[in-house]
Amino acid sequence: TFRVTVRDALNQAMDEELERDERVFLLGEEVAQYDGAYKVSRGLWKKYGDKRIIDTPITEMGFAGIAVGAAMAGLRPICEFMTFNFSMQAIDQVINSAAKTYYMSAGQQSVPIVFRGPNGASAGVAAQHSQCFAAWYGHCPGLKVVSPWSAEDAKGLLKSAIRDDNPVVFLENELMYGVPFEMSEESQSKDFTIPIGKAKVERQGNHITLVTHSRYVSHCLDAAAVLAKEGIECEVINLRTIRPLDVESIETSVMKTNHLVTVEGGWPQYGVGAEICARIMEGPAFNYLDAPVTRVTGVDIPMPYAKILEDNSVPQIKDVIFSVKKTLNV
Amino acid sequence: LKVIIRTLMVLLNHPDFILMPLYDGARVVVSRSFADFTPQASFDIKKCDVHRLEEGPPLKAELTREQGLQYYRIMQTVRRMELKADQLYKQKIIRGFCHLYDGQEACAAGIEAAINPSDHLITAYRAHGYTYTRGVSVKEILAELTGRKGGVAKGKGGSMHMYAPRFYGGNGIVGAQVPLGAGIALACQYQGNDQVCVTLYGDGAANQGQLFESFNMAALWKLPCIFICENNQYGMGTSMERASASTDYYKRGDFVPGIRVDGMDVLCVREATKFAADHCRSGKGPIIMELQTYRYHGHSMSDPGVSYRTREEIQEVRSKSDPISMLKERMLSNNMASIEEFKEIDVAIRKEVEDAAQFATSDPEPPLEELCNHIFHNNPPLEVRGTNPWVTLKSVS
Repeated sequence: TFRVTVRDALNQAMDEELERDERVFLLGEEVAQYDGAYKVSRGLWKKYGDKRIIDTPITEMGFAGIAVGAAMAGLRPICEFMTFNFSMQAIDQVINSAAKTYYMSAGQQSVPIVFRGPNGASAGVAAQHSQCFAAWYGHCPGLKVVSPWSAEDAKGLLKSAIRDDNPVVFLENELMYGVPFEMSEESQSKDFTIPIGKAKVERQGNHITLVTHSRYVSHCLDAAAVLAKEGIECEVINLRTIRPLDVESIETSVMKTNHLVTVEGGWPQYGVGAEICARIMEGPAFNYLDAPVTRVTGVDIPMPYAKILEDNSVPQIKDVIFSVKKTLNV
Repeated sequence: LKVIIRTLMVLLNHPDFILMPLYDGARVVVSRSFADFTPQASFDIKKCDVHRLEEGPPLKAELTREQGLQYYRIMQTVRRMELKADQLYKQKIIRGFCHLYDGQEACAAGIEAAINPSDHLITAYRAHGYTYTRGVSVKEILAELTGRKGGVAKGKGGSMHMYAPRFYGGNGIVGAQVPLGAGIALACQYQGNDQVCVTLYGDGAANQGQLFESFNMAALWKLPCIFICENNQYGMGTSMERASASTDYYKRGDFVPGIRVDGMDVLCVREATKFAADHCRSGKGPIIMELQTYRYHGHSMSDPGVSYRTREEIQEVRSKSDPISMLKERMLSNNMASIEEFKEIDVAIRKEVEDAAQFATSDPEPPLEELCNHIFHNNPPLEVRGTNPWVTLKSVS
């Protein structure tokens, strides 16, 4: 196996896809000569040059629109938002110009584009730089929304996203960039992809299902390790994709464990966990629940700055453990 | 005798042949095309104001008889199509938004005359004229307006969302099409295909921030993008003086060169667009064209269009600057065509539009099975939730 950070896995994915298809190109702020604000695109400009790796001015609405136009005219752009907070400036282009066009044109005009960048809370960057957009983009038909956790997720899903002929919002996580993961032999193949829309069971268990995405997969696995010592076996499901949501995988697990806890970094109201609750109620798994579904979410406030406040604004491992026990009534 | 009669019947049915009476009551069949018509003439066109350019488009335009008749046909078709849409809207057969283009025909016709079919074009929501000039039939346009399955977007797009190869709509969000157009130009440059993208917007959109973002990147990267401001003097109900600190829209690109063009003269538009296309194709980067034009209708069918401007103003433009009349008069006074010819063209167009309207009102609406299709391209079929949990709908690419 290979020990690779999420950052390097993303870099590998882009490098391989740039090499494979000359229509693929990357644009965004600092992606070229600076090697990427978070160094995700390190080395790519040196290898591919100005034509394929483009530094843009700080004009999100403009360059996101340019990226969408380029996709309409036959290229396959990767549009990087330095963080997804800045995508709000460009969100009209993502939704109205990219997501809806295939439908409005009755299949005549496709938009093969990837919007990627770090999403959600970071460390000490305060309210305007810490929002999670999974629920915002996950709401919209015409988009695929992906949220990788591990290095293997990052590489396989980004390659799939780039090869997908539709607009894909690819939500990375800054705090995960430097985390190393073991990557499988097959993940080193240049054609290794992970299908969009399928969740992965990261840990098997019989007592309770934990459904989560991105950084909180780590939290759930850590919580599961602690709970295992007390004899509680958690099944941890890594969503990998927010839209389309793999409800079947969740249902299959819940029908086995009878208990469900969702864990996410975003705000609770109208969030990913809220959607999972609604979908469970509408399907066969509802009758298997021995307790209502519990949502573990970020606190419903703008992100504060002071460390003690910030730490208490997002789910911690102890919150997951507490919620599991409450749900199991132990 | 039978042979003579048969030959005569064949000739009589040919569109290019007319019967001209000669002396002594004898009749001879003659070909129209080598009669007394002037095959080509040179016309003076209005000088374009320029911004950051040494010289502008030429002051004269050559027009052949064929071109003249073609431009006339195109503009008249757009005119009659839009008036038919007006009628259908008042009959409530067209619903929702309907932004009509009558008065501005010279812009669409002149631009198309100057670019190649392989070039690209994108505009905002007043798009029916461009949808036609970019190759979609009147039938498919009207059927899209009436929301039928024979519409160019199968009834799923409507007035503001019609597409064709190299025509990227039809865009509802004011100004959003401008970065898209710059992106299409980027693709042209990237692919090295010598094509340009014509990116249109109105005087209302001219103040949008994303335009300036686009101008900046287009100039920085020398994108082959012709930005065209179709200035019809009103952004919805707000006159340009009330919306813009500077109404010199051809100068608003600052470092991007610009020209201001008489948008009511199809020849002026054509020459200016040729000039602009040459500029872009030679690698000089983007250029802005301001077309001074006018819309006879209000902003949309919901706007009578007379609360913010006078009927006198509208009438004045109609009588003095109508693009179709101007072309017709030019050709007639230079003996390039006859009144009968124009009448015949009008009749043919009237029929085409009438037939199209007939189709647009009788074609069925799209079947409900179509509801969820075209969400994703090249995707396996997926399920879409209906209005309640028991309704699961199917979506195919």
